[in-house]
Parts: sequence; C-alpha cells; structure tokens
Amino acid sequence: MPADTHLTRTWSATHGDDPVTGGLDLRLTDTCLRDGSHHKRHQFTATEVRDIVAALDGAGIPVIEVTHGDGLGGSSFNYGFSRTPEQELIRIAAETAQRAKIAFLMLPGVGTKDDIRAAQDNGGQICRIATHCTEADVSQQHFALARELGLETVGFLMMSHTQPPEVLARQARIMVDAGCQCVYVVDSAGALVMEQTADRVSAVYDEIHRDATVGFHGHENLGLGVANTVIAARSGATQIDGSVRRFGAGAGNTPLEAFIGVCDKLGWTTGVDFLQIVDAAEDVIRPAMPEECTLDRMTLMMGYAGVYSSFLKHAGNAAERYGVSGAQILLEAGRRKLIGGQEDQLIDIALHLKAAQDKAAANA
Amino acid sequence: MTSATSATSATGAAAGGARLTAAIVGPGNIGTDLMYKLLRSDVIEPRWMIGVDPTSEGLRLAREQGLESSHEGVDWLLKQDELPDLIFEATSAYVHREYAPRYTEAGIRAVDLTPAAVGPAVIPPVNGEEHVGAWNVNMITCGGQATIPMVAAVSRAAAPYGGVSYAEIVASVSSVSAGPGTRANIDEFTRTTARGVEEIGGAARGKAIIILNPAEPPMIMRDTIFCAVPPDTDHDAIVTSVLAMEKAVQEYVPGYRLLQEPQIDEPSEATQGQTKVSVFVEVEGAGDFLPPYAGNLDIMTAAATQVGQNIARSLLAGAGKDA
Repeated sequence: MPADTHLTRTWSATHGDDPVTGGLDLRLTDTCLRDGSHHKRHQFTATEVRDIVAALDGAGIPVIEVTHGDGLGGSSFNYGFSRTPEQELIRIAAETAQRAKIAFLMLPGVGTKDDIRAAQDNGGQICRIATHCTEADVSQQHFALARELGLETVGFLMMSHTQPPEVLARQARIMVDAGCQCVYVVDSAGALVMEQTADRVSAVYDEIHRDATVGFHGHENLGLGVANTVIAARSGATQIDGSVRRFGAGAGNTPLEAFIGVCDKLGWTTGVDFLQIVDAAEDVIRPAMPEECTLDRMTLMMGYAGVYSSFLKHAGNAAERYGVSGAQILLEAGRRKLIGGQEDQLIDIALHLKAAQDKAAANA
Repeated sequence: MTSATSATSATGAAAGGARLTAAIVGPGNIGTDLMYKLLRSDVIEPRWMIGVDPTSEGLRLAREQGLESSHEGVDWLLKQDELPDLIFEATSAYVHREYAPRYTEAGIRAVDLTPAAVGPAVIPPVNGEEHVGAWNVNMITCGGQATIPMVAAVSRAAAPYGGVSYAEIVASVSSVSAGPGTRANIDEFTRTTARGVEEIGGAARGKAIIILNPAEPPMIMRDTIFCAVPPDTDHDAIVTSVLAMEKAVQEYVPGYRLLQEPQIDEPSEATQGQTKVSVFVEVEGAGDFLPPYAGNLDIMTAAATQVGQNIARSLLAGAGKDA
C-alpha cells in the first residue's frame, strides 16, 4: 500500500529538504533521557546517557530529548535533585550523537531563558517548551528567545485530556504566533482514549497546519500509547514522542520500538531500523532502568483519574513517609485538579489522609 | 526634598491626626484593591487614582470613593499644583523604571508593586522598618511576599547552626488571578523571587517555582517553602519560629495560614545530606476588591499598605531623612 494512505500529512511534506529526515513520513523523538528521568528519579549517570544516545542514534532515532524530567532547572526539592547536572548530560549527548539532534525541555515558571541559552551552548538544538494546556501565553518570551537563537522550537500542551479540542486549538495558536514550529498534544496523564486523541490532534492540525506541524506525546497509563499514537498520526501529527522500553513517567511513554514495528507494518517510514531498536531496548536501555514501567494499581489510577504521570514516584514517597495509601493520594490529586508541577501538594494530601486515618483509629 | 517644587507637602504640615497624601498609579485589580486598603489607613490618605484608559473600571470606582481620577497618566499628576507625598505604582516594571526618577525629582516617595526592583526590596515582618528613608522601595513579587517570611523564620532559627544553605519556594496561584504582566514576565517573577529568598530570606542559595492552575472554582493561593538546614538544627526552634512568623504575617494578611505543622525530614541522599524543612501555607485574600482566592494579589496590596504606612509614620514623626 502507498506509504501515506492513512496519513493526513507526512513529515516530508513539510520538511522534504531536510538532509536527515527529509524522506520520512514521521519524525520520532525518544524521550527516555527526559521523561525517563522521572522513573529514574533523576539519577542518570554520564555513562548511561552516553550509551543510550549511542544506541538510539545508531538505530536511526532522529531526535533524542535529554533534560531533568521536569525540564531545565527541574533539579529541586520539589521534583528531585539531579545526580548529574542536566547541562552536563546535554553536552555529553550532543557530543555522542552522530546524526540525531538533541532536544531539551523547559517549563516556564521552573526554568528560565538563561537555562535555554546554556542548553544551546552545550549542543542542544531543539527547544521544547511546555505549559499546562490552558496557559500557553506564559511561553511567549521563551519562544521568542529560542527563535532568536536559531533553535528549532516545539510547544507542549500538557494535560491535554482536561480541555476540549477547540481550547487546545486556541492555545496552540498562541504558541505558534509566539514562534513555535510544532505544537504537541501531550497526554501527560495517559488518560486519552483514541477518539479523544483524534479530535484533539485534528483540531490543532486544522488551526495551525499552514504555519506549523503537530506532534503527539502519549503515556501508557491506560495501555493506549501505541493506539493513540497511530490515531494521532492519521489525524495529522507528524512528530511523534515515545520512549524505548516505555522508559518514562507513570506507566511509561508510548513504547517507541513497538510503534516503529507498527509503522513498518502500516508502511509509514520512520528511518529507524526495527531490529536495531529492539536490540537497543533490550541490551542498553533496560539495564539503565531501575525497574520496568508497568501497569499496576498506581499507574492505572493515574490514567483513570487523569493525574499527571510524574506524580507517581512522589506519591509513592509521601505514602511511605506518612503510612497512607499511594492510590488514595493520586485519586485526591485528581479531585483537587492538580496540574504538572504541583508535586508539593502531594505531601499536603498525604498529611490530610494521615490525619483522617489517625482520627478513625482513635475512634475505633 | 531633592528639588524645589511649588507643591505643598503634608510632611511639612504634619500635625496630630495628619495623614500623608498618596496617588495610586495603575487602576487595575491591584491598584483598585490597594485603594480600599489605603482608605482604611489612619496615616495615608489616597487622593488620586491615575490611569491611561478613560473607560477604566478602577478609575470609576476611585471617583466613587472621592478620589480625583485621571486617565491622562503620570504626566497629568506631576503637573498638578499639589503633589502626593507617596506614589504606589501598580503598572508594570517597564512603566515604573521610566517614571521612578521623575517621582524622586518631584520629592515623592514611591512604593513599587511591580518587579522593576528600582529600590531596595521590603518584606514587612522581616525588614519592614529598614528602608523607611528610601525614595523607592520594591515589593518583590506576590510569591515572594507569601514565602520569604517563612524562609526568614527558618533562617533565624537555623542561624546558630550555620543557617539555611538552600531554600526553594513553590507558589501555586489560580490562573484567573495571574494577569498579563505576570504571564509575559514569568522569568522576572522567578528571578526576582529567588533573589529575595536569598537577600531577605537569608538563604545562601534560593530558587523559585510558579505554577498557574486553571481549576474551577479557582484555587486559593498555596505556597510551599522548602529549606535545607544543618542536621543538628534544633527542630523545636524551627517550629516555634515558623509559628511566630505565621502570626506576624496574619497581622496584615488575616487569611495567611499554615496548612500543616512544619515537616522536618532527616538528612538523606534525597535531601543532599541536609535536614529538610517543609512549610505549607495558604493565602486567602480579604476580598476587598479581588475575590478571596486571589490571596496572591491581596498579600501584595496588604504588604504595600504596611510598607507605605511605615514610611508615612516615619515621615510624620520627622525621622524620615533621605536615604
């Protein structure tokens, strides 16, 4: 079947002249060295980053994201301190990659423009700026700077499941007008199901496709990473995120090697060698993971209640510290409508649960 | 006074019951809320509200309260025969940087509610009395006003043991209470706040994080303050100091409260070998003009009122010499 039978748009339709990715239907970004930083509790070593970048680059992954899980400047009490400074990891990644471009993430309110400049100095080429999906206007000064510096730009609309398609489209427009070249629909909670993904990606595509491309970033909390990503591609997304071996927050990201296999079957070109990426997943990425990313009670709760995936480890810590249920913490986080970045409030929730628990015990 | 001016000055005429006159520049949410607070002051008389938009709701409300209102900007104000003793600037950092020298030239003290940081920063319960003689004082940011008192509280308790090596604040505010200024200048917010955490909070290194949460109904402002202190720091002294600071802030922001007892975590790898102190606060506004959830804006206007009153009292007492 022809390569683009089911694709609304291919990457090469807009980037045919790119020497590395020009002929591809979809351009993939592996984020195990950024989203996986949550699962790793931000403890990546220089050696792990070097080995993982070499393996991903060797298999043909065109973009590799490297940053603290919460973006530039994320190393903190609130999100966890980095074992190795992220700027050093970005530099090592950029030195190691032969073909792949190194991307980095920043969240306005956490990182600053100075961090963007430093990341570029260290070899980062793609600046990905993430906001909650109703707050795109906080990113304007950062997109302006990134473009001024000659960086490629990507915008992340986080927690996209919380807003209807038309709101996402309006927010995407704000980012594009500020200088963003590709807006991602980001399913931070792994809460979207396929039709919802299609509606959101289509709405963003309709709004911005004359000026920018569309991307999709999925999570596995309801086991739908690959399915959602296939639907997103059919709805117009030409940049796709995932993590080899799911190495990411919550139940992990869209397993990139599985998606690549699916693309092969659908006839969509990604430029990545399936057998090589499967070997990399098994031989290089898995050994760097503290454990597999799994669909268990906690991660299912996140997809079900629509909770930001990187709350997982922090909810676990607070549950252990105060002797309360981690699943209850996550459910309450959903009820309070917490958004990405509010990890501190999980401690407050745990203390409330503990107080209720102590009171119940006293009355028993 | 630095320059000759034909304007009369209440400072000179200060007698029993006298109040200093004030102009509020910027009739937006902050300026309007500030007006209601100043109207209750016994040492400051808000007499002018200055804007640039004739249809401004804030100018209309100010007129209703008997203030002289103009949409012709600061240029109009500075042309009047009578000038204010004090200006409260609630516009933008850009505007304030432009006008600050002209206020000083005209002999007017300025309390700056923008992040322009022209003058020294003030947090009422920490250094509220320190800069009463300055021509220009800065209120940092709403997040700074809500959190730096707690950093200072932990700092003073930890001082005998080596102090706070690192403090980090996380401010969560409702999206609707974050105006276009904050949104366009979010880097300035984090940078100015972090600097205040260091310079006034007393932390060797400071970091600030801000989150805008769009939940409906809007969430009340919440702030978390994390401090790293030496492992031998007296835990009880920290708790006592934090509770005392809560009371000190409540004197001007009644809705400022601890959500939990301060949490103290023993040193571990995750705390980089230091004892971690976590303080959780909520700031509910007084609802003068802004809704109670907008505690972030209320603490700003309440703190500016405190600082303005300190300056006024000092000038009225004849103690306020040029800084």
